Amino acid sequence: MSASGTDPALPLEIHDLTVAYHKKPVLYGIDLEIPAGKLVGVVGPNGAGKSTLIKAIMGLLPASSGWVKVFGKPYRESCHRVGYVPQRESVDWDFPVSVMDVVLMGRYGRLRLAQRPTRHDREIARECLEKVRMLPFANRQIGNLSGGQQQRVFLARALAQESDLYLMDEPFVGVDAATETAIITLLRELQSRGKTLIVVHHDLSSVREYFDMLVLLNMRLVAAGPTREIFTQEILQATYGGRLTILSDVAQAIGEGG
Amino acid sequence: MIAHLRALFPPFDWHRVIVEPWSADPAISLWIVLMGFFVAAACGLVGNYLLLRRMALVGDAISHSILPGLVLAFLIFRHTNIWTAFAGALGAGFATVLLIEFIHKQSRVKADAAICIAFTVLFAAGVVLMSLLETKGSFHIDAECVLYGEIAFVPLEPPVVWGGIGLGPPSVLRMGGMLVLVLVLITAFYKELLVTSFDPGLSRSLGMNTGLWHYGLMGVLALVVVSAFEAVGAILAVAMLIVPAMFAAQLSNRLPVRLGLTIIHAAVSSLLGYHLSVWLQCSTAGAMVVAGAGLFTAAWVAGLWHTAALRLRSRNS
Repeated sequence: MSASGTDPALPLEIHDLTVAYHKKPVLYGIDLEIPAGKLVGVVGPNGAGKSTLIKAIMGLLPASSGWVKVFGKPYRESCHRVGYVPQRESVDWDFPVSVMDVVLMGRYGRLRLAQRPTRHDREIARECLEKVRMLPFANRQIGNLSGGQQQRVFLARALAQESDLYLMDEPFVGVDAATETAIITLLRELQSRGKTLIVVHHDLSSVREYFDMLVLLNMRLVAAGPTREIFTQEILQATYGGRLTILSDVAQAIGEGG
Repeated sequence: MIAHLRALFPPFDWHRVIVEPWSADPAISLWIVLMGFFVAAACGLVGNYLLLRRMALVGDAISHSILPGLVLAFLIFRHTNIWTAFAGALGAGFATVLLIEFIHKQSRVKADAAICIAFTVLFAAGVVLMSLLETKGSFHIDAECVLYGEIAFVPLEPPVVWGGIGLGPPSVLRMGGMLVLVLVLITAFYKELLVTSFDPGLSRSLGMNTGLWHYGLMGVLALVVVSAFEAVGAILAVAMLIVPAMFAAQLSNRLPVRLGLTIIHAAVSSLLGYHLSVWLQCSTAGAMVVAGAGLFTAAWVAGLWHTAALRLRSRNS
């Protein structure tokens, strides 16, 4: 642990973070450091506070105690270096905007008040759509897309943010196999360019394959570290408690990876 | 029975209904139609954002809370003019929004019920205050005007004179100014309003203050509704907020197109409604809303027909 707590090279540092919903704590005393260039999976049972952790990092939910530093500064001062992929169901897909409009929103953080996206912004948005192979859909209304296509649009929007740290909330939920492969390929490419990615994930069977670091969460931080060290039966049992159906999944996941 | 109904509808006389209003005294027709257009366009543009944010009921709430706002403004400033009315309405608008949020967060009341509680209670408080003041003889608001507005009286206002030239009735000019203000704000802050409406989570992660935009929109809503108030009243103002936006939503799934369609709807419904009221000799504001609702129904049926046709074509191919 860095003693000063303000290491500017550290993408994310969390100290004693507690978050409550309606006065009921959902995250207790989280201490966490994420080094640069990692592809990190945030894993835990339903209600473990995975999304809450992501939102609390960005200040979307108020912390009851503790602090978060992003690249050594409070979030607000570093927000232009953070890209966010919210859960797909968090927005209304009947909204009257095109795919291009949504991706351009990723550029808004770089624009001044009342400033319109420039030609350069549109160029970048087009490149990002190309990367997720959604460029032919640029002028489609977003409601006419499949779940996987919608997720790719969200990913393209995050790419357009040109960030150093990406926070992604369940990007693999409800997508087809082709999209899942496309997303993980893209995440690895971002990682190879030195970006740090923190991804909420629920499918234990793919954890070992996808992530090189894990954060195991169940209201408290159960463990954080390299996947091969902490993705063990013992720690998963501590994370998921005595939930038998999940434990059999765990056994299978470990068996496959083993 | 049928004879009774027929007596309600005068025969449609082309000359009396269409030609005469624009030949006998065109200024009267012009100011009324223009006022109807300004009200429907300004309200409708704001209404588009209310629909997108699923806040249609909040428009209803704010338009009703204006009554207590006007009365309280009179109590505080001891007289009534347009500026005290603006201050009162703006205060009442924010009080309503805050009250709704307070009830919703501090109790287990759901959002829709919280809105209904807040605005009916505020409206009732306004009625009580108003009748209290009226019995003391110090204050008078025409209840009919509060509910239905008096757009037909707009041309009778003493015109604003500037440099010796009569510009027009003050309420029409004010409403026109309000429409320009709404257009300027929507054009300037298009991207901010878009992203805070579509994805508040992303907006806040980008460092935007979504609360500020929310209250800004509510402030503009209160201003627009209080300007519309004297022309169309509290109840019809709600229709002006929602009907043009709903019409546009039937025909397009692009926001800029919807905003344009809203303005077209406002112009057409104002003109059609005016002639409808001349024909039936009925309330002008009411007829404008009925005409607007007619356009909405036509757009809705056209949308259904279009979807059915597309489905049929894709099945045949």
